[in-house]
Amino acid sequence: MISPDVPPPLEVDPARRIFGLETEFGLHLDTSTTRPITPEEVAGHLFHSVVQWGRSSNVFLPNGSRLYIDVGAHPEYATAEADSLMDLIALDKAGERIVQDLVAGGEERLRAVGVEGTIHLYKNNTDSAGNSYGCHENYLVRRRADFKAFASDLLPFLVTRQIVTGAGCITRTPQGAHFSFSPRADHMWEGMSSATTRSRPMINTRDEPHANAELYRRMHVIVGDSTMAEPTALVKMGSTDLILRLMEARVVMPGLALAREMQAIRDVAHDLKGEATVELADGGRLMAVEVQQAYIDLVRSHLGGIITLTAEVESILDLWQRGVDAVRTQNFSLVDTELDWAIKLKIVRRYQERLSCRLDDPRLARLELAFHDVSPEHGLFYRLQDQGLVRRIVDDARIEKAMTTAPTSTRAHLRGAFVQAAVAAGRDYTVDWVHLKVTGEESRTVLLKDPFRSADARVDELIDSLATP
Amino acid sequence: MPQQSVNQDSFDDDVPDDAPAPAAAAATTDALDALLDEIDGNLQVNAEQFVRSFVQKGGQ
Repeated sequence: MISPDVPPPLEVDPARRIFGLETEFGLHLDTSTTRPITPEEVAGHLFHSVVQWGRSSNVFLPNGSRLYIDVGAHPEYATAEADSLMDLIALDKAGERIVQDLVAGGEERLRAVGVEGTIHLYKNNTDSAGNSYGCHENYLVRRRADFKAFASDLLPFLVTRQIVTGAGCITRTPQGAHFSFSPRADHMWEGMSSATTRSRPMINTRDEPHANAELYRRMHVIVGDSTMAEPTALVKMGSTDLILRLMEARVVMPGLALAREMQAIRDVAHDLKGEATVELADGGRLMAVEVQQAYIDLVRSHLGGIITLTAEVESILDLWQRGVDAVRTQNFSLVDTELDWAIKLKIVRRYQERLSCRLDDPRLARLELAFHDVSPEHGLFYRLQDQGLVRRIVDDARIEKAMTTAPTSTRAHLRGAFVQAAVAAGRDYTVDWVHLKVTGEESRTVLLKDPFRSADARVDELIDSLATP
Repeated sequence: MPQQSVNQDSFDDDVPDDAPAPAAAAATTDALDALLDEIDGNLQVNAEQFVRSFVQKGGQ
């Protein structure tokens, strides 16, 4: 039975938002064995302990997040609902550690079937054959009738934000190689759509709020690159949130609608000098730095009004501005300890100088994979971070805690508590984003439609009932 | 892979020379070099084969 007495939706401050991040990891078995072994087999061995724990390779964890194997054998981690960017980044980083912790067990099981090798997990967006996989951002927004017009207002921002938030990559072409802002840009095929794998849009418009559908919709942004540096994640999600806050307050956006978004996103990605222009619907042309500056100026003009100036907002605006300045002035040292593309470019460039090689040299491609390897042992990014060459904004203790503990201020708290209690009681249960269910003879379900609600008497009762079957 | 246009691939063409590096930048370069010294041997082993062997179907 479904528990009655659904509490009314909470009144929520417009500045409060539910965030989520979904990351598909690249899975790579480095082995000298001659026996063919598919990514699906590797993923199966990697997830053996997950299945042992949750009786499925698609589970919700005690920290409220979801872990599963997605299309193409990509391990995917979707963070629990966070209502602060710091909680979100801690959860995202916790996810890297959670998947990395599966590696030793996966390698051991492979060894048991005669395959010696090393499993690498990459937090990146392309494999060596050019297949792409994503990093999806979720922003809960208030429902409105004109969602498509509302969402399309975000596109000029999304097309050009890569000069700040891009992961950076070496792009190989028949004419030679060059460094680009975003590996994901070349894999985008339209502005908005409800499809994901057939035709990759920048915004997925599938109406799936995982919340009270009368009140909310999910802005599902799938154009972003996966991020390694914590400040890059902050500015990526933080700047998008600030723009959404203005849009939700019905502030008129700058008239920057683009004539050809797919051409624009590619032109911006492949021009590290920042001189490429994008064509506007009204026939004008602007550089990406000008488009981004217009959004920064718009946000600044509403500080103290729609947007309260907090230390976090100031740090987002500061890094956003420095990212734009770095591209405009070509002084990348303004951001080369904070923004992924600049951190990566610096080390790629240094290694290229040492090797005196061309940019398409495989040793540099090897370096790129190492950069995105989430292993503390093999991962180059974490070596850079340990050396103090990348700025931190979340401390290790908070990330460590986020591996096992859900945020206390959202629905994730209820889910996390239920999962922990059900596992401890050895009871059968199923969970998704909006349901908690005890299965068995007397099955009981609680529907959680309000992602802002972190306390619920129905869940307390459900948890109490676990001890007395 | 064609072998022409070697110089066009170099970063030196893409990026103007930076201003004289301050002391902090020099320390960063030293730390970067020390790190590259450490991992260089590992990265060079079968780099091409390693990279090529990472092929997976696309995701979303």
